[in-house]
Parts: sequence; structure tokens; C-alpha cells
Amino acid sequence: MKPFTRLNGLVCPLDRANVDTDAIIPKQFLKSIKRSGFGPYLFDEWRYTNYGEPGMDCTNRPKNPDFVLNQARYQGSEVLLARDNFGCGSSREHAPWAIEDYGFRVIIAPSFADIFFANTFKNGVLPIVASAEVVDRLFKECAETEGYKLDVDLAAQTVTTPTGFSFSFDITPHRKHCLLNGLDEIGLTLQHADEIRAFEAKHKAAQPWLFAG
Amino acid sequence: MAGKTLYDKLWDSHVVRQEADGTCLLYIDRHLVHEVTSPQAFEGLRMAGRKPWRKETVVAVPDHNTPTNNWDKGIEDPVSKLQVDTLDANIKEFGAQIYFPFKHANQGIIHVIAPENGATLPGMTVVCGDSHTATHGAFGALAHGIGTSEVEHVLATQTLVQKKSKSMLIKVNGQLGAGVTAKDMALAIIGRIGTAGGTGYCVEFGGTAVEGLSMEGRMTLCNLAIEGGARAGLVAVDDKTISYLEGRPAAPKGDEWTKAVAYWKTLKSDPDAVFDTVIEIDAAEIQPQVTWGTSPEQVTSVGGKVPNPASESDPIRRASVERALKYMGIEADMPITDIKIDKVFIGSCTNSRIEDLRAAAAVAKGKKVAANVKLALVVPGSGIVKRQAEAEGLDKIFTEAGFEWREPGCSMCLAMNADRLSPGERCASTSNRNFEGRQGPGGRTHLVSPAMAAAAAIAGHFVDVRQA
Repeated sequence: MKPFTRLNGLVCPLDRANVDTDAIIPKQFLKSIKRSGFGPYLFDEWRYTNYGEPGMDCTNRPKNPDFVLNQARYQGSEVLLARDNFGCGSSREHAPWAIEDYGFRVIIAPSFADIFFANTFKNGVLPIVASAEVVDRLFKECAETEGYKLDVDLAAQTVTTPTGFSFSFDITPHRKHCLLNGLDEIGLTLQHADEIRAFEAKHKAAQPWLFAG
Repeated sequence: MAGKTLYDKLWDSHVVRQEADGTCLLYIDRHLVHEVTSPQAFEGLRMAGRKPWRKETVVAVPDHNTPTNNWDKGIEDPVSKLQVDTLDANIKEFGAQIYFPFKHANQGIIHVIAPENGATLPGMTVVCGDSHTATHGAFGALAHGIGTSEVEHVLATQTLVQKKSKSMLIKVNGQLGAGVTAKDMALAIIGRIGTAGGTGYCVEFGGTAVEGLSMEGRMTLCNLAIEGGARAGLVAVDDKTISYLEGRPAAPKGDEWTKAVAYWKTLKSDPDAVFDTVIEIDAAEIQPQVTWGTSPEQVTSVGGKVPNPASESDPIRRASVERALKYMGIEADMPITDIKIDKVFIGSCTNSRIEDLRAAAAVAKGKKVAANVKLALVVPGSGIVKRQAEAEGLDKIFTEAGFEWREPGCSMCLAMNADRLSPGERCASTSNRNFEGRQGPGGRTHLVSPAMAAAAAIAGHFVDVRQA
């Protein structure tokens, strides 16, 4: 996993609530057995006017000019600004894979769906929960300012706007540590293999039927 | 000290270790696997030279990509076929306790086959790379969906890194009226709390109306917990849970069964347990539900009307209602029963069990699918459900009425196989998500119960099943 430390990134505003994982990456792309290559199909049904298929070359597909990702001023965005309950729906990790592959490293929203939220951290993407007032302010400033960038500092847990307004965000120490260092969580857990084995022995004694078969 | 909730009991009995910030390593008893969210996890294991910690916890089946007809032709879409073949190869290499490959007599939807084979037991932690894993909470098991990185983590370590959620009790008092089902209860709850209402919570469903549900009904209710934002739903263990499990192939036998039952009977919240949030609902007020929009919270009673965005004061909500009406091709203030449909789908991990098919068949019996309905599909949840339905003659009732009787799988719930809506087509569906494009690009989904879907198929538009 790519470490995440600090980013000064262009912001793309996606002004909709309840953006679901079917919208982030439609089901036909879930047939892939790979982890990479989903970026060109991010928000496929909103982004293009024809039907996308896995493996399709997207360079010449007809684009929906009204969709924010297609607008010239947001090309190269690294921060996705969204509304409530972002990432609701299925557990597909293809959603954060597509977001990361497109080039986003940060998502800011007033709330996220649980499974999506957990999945983003595993892929070097930082989801930030900000108050609805702060998110409103960012949407407004972003609309008014071409080339609007946010400075995201994970170590300090702060986001700073071009005018110097700053807010802080929460993250568990465990997630912060993994993200800052780009750590493989499985390796970390396996450091506790003896504890897992000890638990397992106790668990088997208490509920032996869970260990049949 | 206050007593423990069921969630507390399940959580506490699975904590391997806890960090200072509350992050826990939670032991996982049952790992359900399907073909869509597992290939990258197995590949990760292979790349790192790791082996599954306990392959006997794995139950696997291909379900999302499998066709529901012409099984003799195999899987025609080469991309789908590769994904299913990859699961075959991965299970062969890494192992499983139970694997039902494509065309196996017991193949079906993972959330249908695990309970019916006794592979979901009370007191377990159950995970799957699939958000509808919440279904298994019906057995008093802590069950939730995970992403593919977590699938790999569970395979490699038998644990999950988790922080405990808050607890919510949704108490449904009284009894549901005739013609009102667990699906209507679930949709009514989501309509009340919203699709983010359960975010950050583990929800226990209780009250006399929940106690009154069959195990199939409880599975439907817990299945939809995720659509209310909750990763997990729970129902306490009672005699129905135990009698459902008795004699199932993977359930304990003999002395172990007796011991297990004694333990399972403790799996309920203590009378003095304290929940972070309690919501009470009167079952008698729940009517058959129909979603009108593109989110499960956009739902109303069958006797209701499509809402008018002009009456929404919040600008974000107003915009979302406007967008939904435009996508769905319906007008504000239109009676729900005026909405005509093109297709019907009875199936999915929400509503494809035997009780669901019986309810739909009871409505369809001796009637004919309306002329304007181009396709009415019935897709049983598993081979076992299919054979049971055929033994009861339900397949004949459906086919004589003009429904198609198919092979088991996820099918048109998410249209990864060939079963899908064409742009603009409108479907009465017993599935779980009415998101834009969910059942096919441009497709329009209205979520309903199996009986309501069958009634809509016969009428050609939504009708109140109690008057059908």
C-alpha cells in the first residue's frame, strides 16, 4: 500500500448525497479478477453516455459534459468532496480501487457508509469526516475558486483551505499508523499469531462444535 | 452494572486482543466466499506465500455470475466464466469445508446456502466479502460484510481488525397484519431511519412482531439491515432458531448438539441491558411497502403517493427527490398503484427462500401475468429451495401463470449475469437495492415483497396484495 503523509491537492466537488458503490463502479467491472485498472470506469454511468464494458478503451468514449469529472477545471483532482452517506451499498472494494486508480487520495464528506469507509484505508486513500457546515463551506469555496486546492496533513490531522481556514479530523491511531507508513495490516496482525492461537484453544474448549469438520 | 446486549456477548466472546484506542482483533468463525470479491484476496495470499489460517471455516459458492437458464451451455460470457473458474481453482488450491461449484445440486446464493446447510450457527462471527452478510444475524450470529483486503486478512489470520459499534434496538411491537411481511417491516424501518440511520451501529431487532417472524422472515429483515446503514443486524436465539437448525448437515450432532443448544439459549440481550439508541415501531401501522426512488429510504405504503419535491424544505433532499423522479420516469403526487411495470423479479438473498416462493405462488395461483409484463422471473435461492418448491408444485403454479422458473443464483438483483433490465424498463423486484443502474443500465427498480411482486405481475401495475 502507498503511504499517505501530506497532500496539497486539487478538489473535485461531487454534490450528491447517498452516492452508492453501484454508481462508483458499476457491476460489470466487478468481473475482473485484478485489483488495478478500474480508474477509467470510475462513475462510469455518470461519466460516459454509452454503456461501458470491462476492458474497453475509454479514450474515445462519448463523455457526459455535465458530469463534474469531465470538466476541464477539475482535471488532475486528488481530493473528492462529497455529501452524506458516501459509498453506501455493497462491500465491493472495487469502489476504493477505482477511486485510487483514478488518482484521488482523499475523500471529504459529512458521513460515509461503514464498509466503504473501512475499505478506503486499506488502499492508501484517506476518508475524512467533516461537519455538514464545513463541507458546505468547501463546496461554496470550490465553486467560486478555480484551481481550488486543499492541504491535507495526516500527521497533524488537519485540512487547510487556500485562505488559511483549517479544521481537524479524527482517525484511529491504528489506521493513522498503517496509512502513514503504508503498512500491510496482515503482517502486523501476524505478529500476534501466538495470541490468536491461544484464543483459538480457549474458544475450542468452550464451543467445540465450531471446530468440527 | 447493567446487563449485556446480545451484541456485547457476541463481541466479548471473540476479542483476541485490544489496543489502547479500542481497536480489536476479532476472531472469525465462519468465512463465506463467492467469486466476485475473492480472486484478489487469494492472489494476495499467493503473492505473499501465505496459507489460509483455518480452511475449515470457509464455505464457498459461485453465485453472482452464474446463469439462471441453459445450464447445459455453461457460462457463455467469457469474463464471467473466468471469474467462476478462478474460484474453482482457488478453492482447489486453498481448501474449504463446503464448496458447491456451478451446477452442483446444492449451489445457490451464499446467504441462502450457508443457513440451509447449518453452516451459520448462533454465537458465531460470520464474514463475507458481501454487504448482505448481515442476513446471518437472524441466527444470533455477529455477521457483517467486509472488503476484499479484509477477506485476505481473514483468510491469512482468522481475525479482523475492528472497533466496536454502538448498539441500537429496533423494537417492533404488536403483530404484522395479514399480507404484510418481513420485507415490508424492513422497508418501513429504512423509510423511518434512513439509509444512514444505522451507520456506526449494530442493530438488534426485537419485539413481539420480530419474535413472530419465521427464520426466513428474520433473514429478510437482517439482510436489509445494511440498507439502513448498519453493518450487522441481530435477532435473539429462540426455539424457532434451534428447531430450524436441528438436523442440518453442518450443525452439531449428539452430545455436542445438546451442549450447543444450552449455550445458544443464552444468546439474547439481558433484560437490564442498555442500548445507545432504542426505536419503537408499532407493527399494526406497517402497510405493504413500495420504493418509488433510487434509494431504499425512498419508500412509501402501497396506498400512498409519489412525493412532491416542492414539499421538501431541505435543498439537498429536494434535489435528490427531483433526480430520483427524473431517473425513475414518474410524476410527483402520482398514486403508487398507477405505476405500470415491464418486468418482475422474484429472487435474491433478500427474498428467494421457500417461504418467499410460497407467498408469491399463493398470489399467482390460477392467474395470468398481465400482457404488459414482458418478463416475470422466479429465481430460487438455491438448489435445495428449488427442489422443495418443485416438490410442492410451486414451479407449476408459476409457469402456468406465465412466470419463468429458473436455476438458482443472484440473477437480476445486480445483473452480473445475463438477467437484466434494458434502459427505461421498470421492474417490481423482491431484491434489496433500487440504485440507479443496479438491475441494468437505465433500469428502474421498485422494491417490494414477494407477494406484492406477484400481485404486480398479475395486475401489470402495483396493487395492494391485500385486495388482489
